[in-house]
Amino acid sequence: MLTVILILFPLALSLILLAIRQEKAIRQFALAGSLIEFGVAVAAFIQYKTSCHCNLLFSADWLATLGVSLRFGMDGISLLMVMLTTFLVPVIILSSFNHAYERPSAFYSLILLMEMALVGVFVAFDGLIFYIFWELALIPAYFICAVWGGNDRIRITFKFFIFTFVGSLFMLVALIYLYFRTPFPHSFDFQSLYSATLTPVEQAWIFAAFFLAFAIKIPIFPLHTWQPDTYTVAPAAGSMLLAGIMLKMGIYGMIRWMIPICHQAVQQFAPVVIILSITGIIYASVIAIRQSDMKRLVAYSSIAHVGLIAAGVFALTPWAMEGAVIQMVSHGINIVGLFIVIDLIEQRTGSRTIGELGGIALKAPRLAAVFMIILLGSIALPLTNGFTGEFLLLLGLFEYSKIFAAIAGVTIIFSAVYMLWMYQRTMLGKTSEATEKISDLSLAETVIFIPLVIMIFWIGIFPGLFLDIALPDVMQILNFIK
Amino acid sequence: MTTIISLTILGIFVLFLGIMKKQSWLLPVILLGLVVSMVLTMRDWNTVSHYYHDMIIVDNVSVAFSTVLIFSAFLIFSLAAHYYRGVQRPLDDIYGVMIFALTGAVMMTSYGNLIMLFLGIETLSIALYVLAGSHKEAITSNEATLKYFLLGSFLSGFLLFGIALIYGSSGSFDLERISVYVATCAGNYPPMFLAGLFLLIIGLAFKIAIVPFHFWAPDVYEGTPTLLTAFMATVVKTASIIAMFRFFSHTFHGIHGVWETTIWVMAAFTILLGNLTGVYQPNLKRMLAYSSISHSGYMLLAVVAFSAMSNSALLLYTLSYSIATISAFGILILIREAHGNDYFSSLNGLGKTNPLEAFCLTIAMLSLAGIPPLAGFMAKYYLFTTALEKGLVWLVIVAVAGSAISVAYYFKPIIAMYLKNSNGVTLRVETPYKVHLLFMTMLVILIGLMPFLLIGLL
Repeated sequence: MLTVILILFPLALSLILLAIRQEKAIRQFALAGSLIEFGVAVAAFIQYKTSCHCNLLFSADWLATLGVSLRFGMDGISLLMVMLTTFLVPVIILSSFNHAYERPSAFYSLILLMEMALVGVFVAFDGLIFYIFWELALIPAYFICAVWGGNDRIRITFKFFIFTFVGSLFMLVALIYLYFRTPFPHSFDFQSLYSATLTPVEQAWIFAAFFLAFAIKIPIFPLHTWQPDTYTVAPAAGSMLLAGIMLKMGIYGMIRWMIPICHQAVQQFAPVVIILSITGIIYASVIAIRQSDMKRLVAYSSIAHVGLIAAGVFALTPWAMEGAVIQMVSHGINIVGLFIVIDLIEQRTGSRTIGELGGIALKAPRLAAVFMIILLGSIALPLTNGFTGEFLLLLGLFEYSKIFAAIAGVTIIFSAVYMLWMYQRTMLGKTSEATEKISDLSLAETVIFIPLVIMIFWIGIFPGLFLDIALPDVMQILNFIK
Repeated sequence: MTTIISLTILGIFVLFLGIMKKQSWLLPVILLGLVVSMVLTMRDWNTVSHYYHDMIIVDNVSVAFSTVLIFSAFLIFSLAAHYYRGVQRPLDDIYGVMIFALTGAVMMTSYGNLIMLFLGIETLSIALYVLAGSHKEAITSNEATLKYFLLGSFLSGFLLFGIALIYGSSGSFDLERISVYVATCAGNYPPMFLAGLFLLIIGLAFKIAIVPFHFWAPDVYEGTPTLLTAFMATVVKTASIIAMFRFFSHTFHGIHGVWETTIWVMAAFTILLGNLTGVYQPNLKRMLAYSSISHSGYMLLAVVAFSAMSNSALLLYTLSYSIATISAFGILILIREAHGNDYFSSLNGLGKTNPLEAFCLTIAMLSLAGIPPLAGFMAKYYLFTTALEKGLVWLVIVAVAGSAISVAYYFKPIIAMYLKNSNGVTLRVETPYKVHLLFMTMLVILIGLMPFLLIGLL
């Protein structure tokens, strides 16, 4: 029942929000609502921990004749993703308070609608329901970026929409095709889809269709071209939702749907995907070093980081898969933190061009300290969350192939280069015209970072809780490979 | 049969009201009459009855689609009060002819004899020639009616010739007897019969506006008064596709090897060309014309697939397509009224000035593009399932590619409404019209959430 509440509650909130007129009330309502949603997720987490293997399953008939049923549930991996989503949404809402968005009720309503769709994607245990939520998440994301975005938003956000929509349409065909290959009676239930009988050729095609959908969302090189522009042009909250949560849908989809369903094709094409991911890592890192816009730099760094996650998923080893799951959470936290910092700097100085900034640490030490912590998490310093994930990913990748691991390991060096260089040029040195009068974090702004910093160290120092909860399910998915 | 009788009576009654100069009674009487005949139609559910030596066969398929047709007509008539607001001339003739056209459409869903099919098509078409030109002062309306009439009557000749050739080889107009004849041929079909079959396909393809017989559609749609374009795009299209589906499923199913490839190619080209050309249209009305062309391609998928699921796939598809299209035309009427044109720039900033209307158009566009969880998505999903069950993988991939292309034009109005700055014109809309638009929008959402209500029916 908790899983259904998790989906319906944000939907109800988003509808109620449309009726509220006062701006302040809208914000408080959205924040309070998303916090309650997080509370529900925590309750689900506790219930899952205490009475394990219950999967918090909810099942109801919907389209019985077509084998579609409303099946929602959570295993360890979905649970972590739901926790991430419900944790980040209040942070994102809180961080958006210092913007005066036009039509705030629509803005926050769309954020909550998106939260509902994202949670739906992560808890769907039915192929078609998964697809419906997958597409549904795109609509609010598009409107948030397109309506409240920056320059040239119409062209860029439309490109984003077309890219992701095209990818997912082929996934729909693959899902329906799979449906007819499931054992009788046909069903979209994930267990049933897992046991579909497919010839190698069919597997390859279905792999291709799924891969297109997921790789565009993540994005994996060479399907990434929509990403830097979209992240840059989107409003701060939009970039956070896209990079923090939405791209995890792709990786989650790979783990949950692609590997068990077309396991032979996955094994066959894993080297290809890993090579593409590693190419993306190097390519995006090199471009990131040359960026002058902070937001764009972080966008490219995201391509590099998720490239490593994708490579880890396809290494198909327990360590790498565990690392991928943890790194999804860590990456979400870190990138949202980075976008908040950039947003705060942009608001104070009116610029996010690295060349125009400098010496912020002198004027705003708290901001600089927080930025440093998040940055260290992002470049995977030991004791931070990034280290846990990337270490496991590289360890798993090493088991798969030493050469791949060596090349992919470059990502850590590269990310240190571009991140620290960005830090050095914006925070250290002499103050510039823009940063001369910069003010430090206010109390309210500091509050935004507290949960993020706690999570960075928690996952970095005591990752056990998070690793344990996902482990049985990771092993179960890897069992399909054998 | 009760449907055809009640609609005919309603049409004649409307003309009488005109003679008695009761113009203000027209719409209430029509709307009530449509509801009554819809109820009468639905009372025939689950009874199969044959009339006049199988000229007309009323079964569940015909009941379901007659209901869809009457319901679409009901939705269109509900827009009429606003559309003809301030028009001085009496309207009983236009309304009457519309109802007669609807009668023809109902005949096309329940015929059991090729002569009845021809009568239905002609009743519908002749009424439409009049309706297309009903805006006498506008040169575009005159152009539309002339084009439609010349091409339409020419293609009616094809249809009749096809029926004659089939009669010549099989010796009957009756669908049952023809299917018996088809069975006795056992794979050896005389050329005359095949020629007749393909002439019949061409005649119907023209009415549905399937590529390569679609060239009339955009011009005729653009010139025809908007309310009647909505009628053409929904009622006429549904009736024609059902007419085609009916003779393929009843009679020519045994020889589907003969026509399958043809329809396959037609469907693929209709989807691709309709969608690709739609992207380049400068205004909303022409865009909707191409949208309707491409949607007839999707409906053909169900005809090609032809399985037990095809009936309900078509029911879901025609209903969700019709509602979303009428809803879009409802906004189009407002836009043309306020701006005198319907270029996409006329929609600029509608999201700010008229949020409700913008929302309705957005939902209609998203549904037509097939975005979950709206009706259009469920319809497309069910259609693709029907086609994939028959192994039509490539056709479905073409259809999916078409859907992807279609987003490029369905998003044009959305982008204009929400992302462009307003040109300062606020649409003035009366409350009943708003309620009606909202009603259709809610239906689109509800069908998307509860498609099982329709899927189990047929």
